[in-house]
Amino acid sequence: MWTARVRKAAERALPPDRLLPDRQPAFVSSWVYVFGSATLAALVTLVLSGTWLALEGPDWWHTSRVGHFLNSVHFWGVQLFFFAMVLHLWGKFLMGAWRGRRRTTWLVGALAFLVSVGTGLTGYVLQQNFASQWISTQAKDGFNAVGIGAFFNVLNLGQMLTLHVLIMPAAVVAITVVHLLLVRHRGVVPPYDAAEEHLSEELG
Amino acid sequence: MTWRQDDAAAARAWIGPTRPYDLLKEFAIALVVVVVLAAALAALFSSPDEPPVTLAAWARADPMDFVTTALSELDGSSGTATYGPPYVALPGAGQRIGPLNLQQLAGVRIPIDPAVDFVLEPLRTAAAGDPSLDQALRSWTAATTAERRRWVSAYATALRSASVIDGTIQAPGGDYGPVGELMQSELTLAQDGGLEGAMLTRHAFYATDYTKPLLFLADGSYLGSLAERQHLLGDQWGMMNETGSYPGQTWLWLYTLWYQVPPFSSSGNADALVWALMLVLTTGFVLVPWIPGLRSLPRRLRIYRRIWRDYYRELAR
Repeated sequence: MWTARVRKAAERALPPDRLLPDRQPAFVSSWVYVFGSATLAALVTLVLSGTWLALEGPDWWHTSRVGHFLNSVHFWGVQLFFFAMVLHLWGKFLMGAWRGRRRTTWLVGALAFLVSVGTGLTGYVLQQNFASQWISTQAKDGFNAVGIGAFFNVLNLGQMLTLHVLIMPAAVVAITVVHLLLVRHRGVVPPYDAAEEHLSEELG
Repeated sequence: MTWRQDDAAAARAWIGPTRPYDLLKEFAIALVVVVVLAAALAALFSSPDEPPVTLAAWARADPMDFVTTALSELDGSSGTATYGPPYVALPGAGQRIGPLNLQQLAGVRIPIDPAVDFVLEPLRTAAAGDPSLDQALRSWTAATTAERRRWVSAYATALRSASVIDGTIQAPGGDYGPVGELMQSELTLAQDGGLEGAMLTRHAFYATDYTKPLLFLADGSYLGSLAERQHLLGDQWGMMNETGSYPGQTWLWLYTLWYQVPPFSSSGNADALVWALMLVLTTGFVLVPWIPGLRSLPRRLRIYRRIWRDYYRELAR
């Protein structure tokens, strides 16, 4: 059965000790490694606060103190998310983290960043305040200039709402899951000029 | 070492020293820290929520700008009327990347007739109990294009020495047919708060698409003047700013940067050119591991020596 083959392939690619190991190479001792987890934590914060905001509806946070606080958590969560993500990206760049069959991990991570930027924009234009009026009327020119605006209308609140609360976050989460699985599948990249005796003859 | 040697070495399994590492614990701690930090920032600094500009507020605060804009919608000279796709079919309109006009290629998928959608149709909804307005609309509809042009031109001249007192346009007399009545009615409808609704709900009770009122608002100069005060204009790094003193979309810094420098800062095709440039740069960013030179840059920068300094120190011993 193809299902059995898929299960066996998944087990081979990510056995439990590789998916959630209890040990890591000793070189994993820098603060740089924290920013990946921090990005993921900020994403979870955004999904939780965003889910609550979505449950109450788009007008709620303008009229409720709790809603405004929750929107503020979402707002600062976005700032923390991008702050951590950019530091994570720089860290991985400076480590040359794509070495050793890890190119796809970088590519998927870069896609996560790009889709996150798009998700952030759809959030900014559906705030129903002055900022969203201004941002949407300015952003439309960029999208229209390359033909995207005909399909992705930042002035259409309904379209932006469904994109922001469902389609774009689902894409970010899905890409992030793939990225995490690739990270666990290949493991962390060893340092440049690692000692010969620290590297197996076998592929990782 | 060459890139290939670096790449091959990094592909080998690690059999060097290891240490206990609880990934779930690290994530749980990170989650608590981020939630507490976000909640603390929210409690301390709140978040921006500058109220939106309504068409009523615009019509009351700057009635001359409002009327001038409405007149430009009527005669087809407004920003939206001359925009081209995706709103208006206008051959040759739209930004270009060299010979390529992607705006035209995408076509008119959000059709808008500024004179009808922003002025005439909203006024038709208001004309039900207003015979004078109804007559003005009939006159406009029955007029030839030449007559309309003459009326609008005469009214535009009159507006230069006009003023608005208590919601009434005080313009010198002239041969501008029904245009004065139409503009006065449009201003009154907006000041009374009925224009957004008339633009939004022509075909339905519910509304979720604000394309029309936003385009109309953006055609005037009032919205831009408010944005300028908040440092939100394109040449003020506006795309990465936020109202008040809050951080905006700072991650758009590179995209925003190009709008500040020539040739983009003075080009009529700035948006298309900046997008094209960003597409190239973004492709480069995504494909770093495949680009010779760039993929070896971290080794030359040697900042990895600081990141893995403990490992190299141990190795030196």
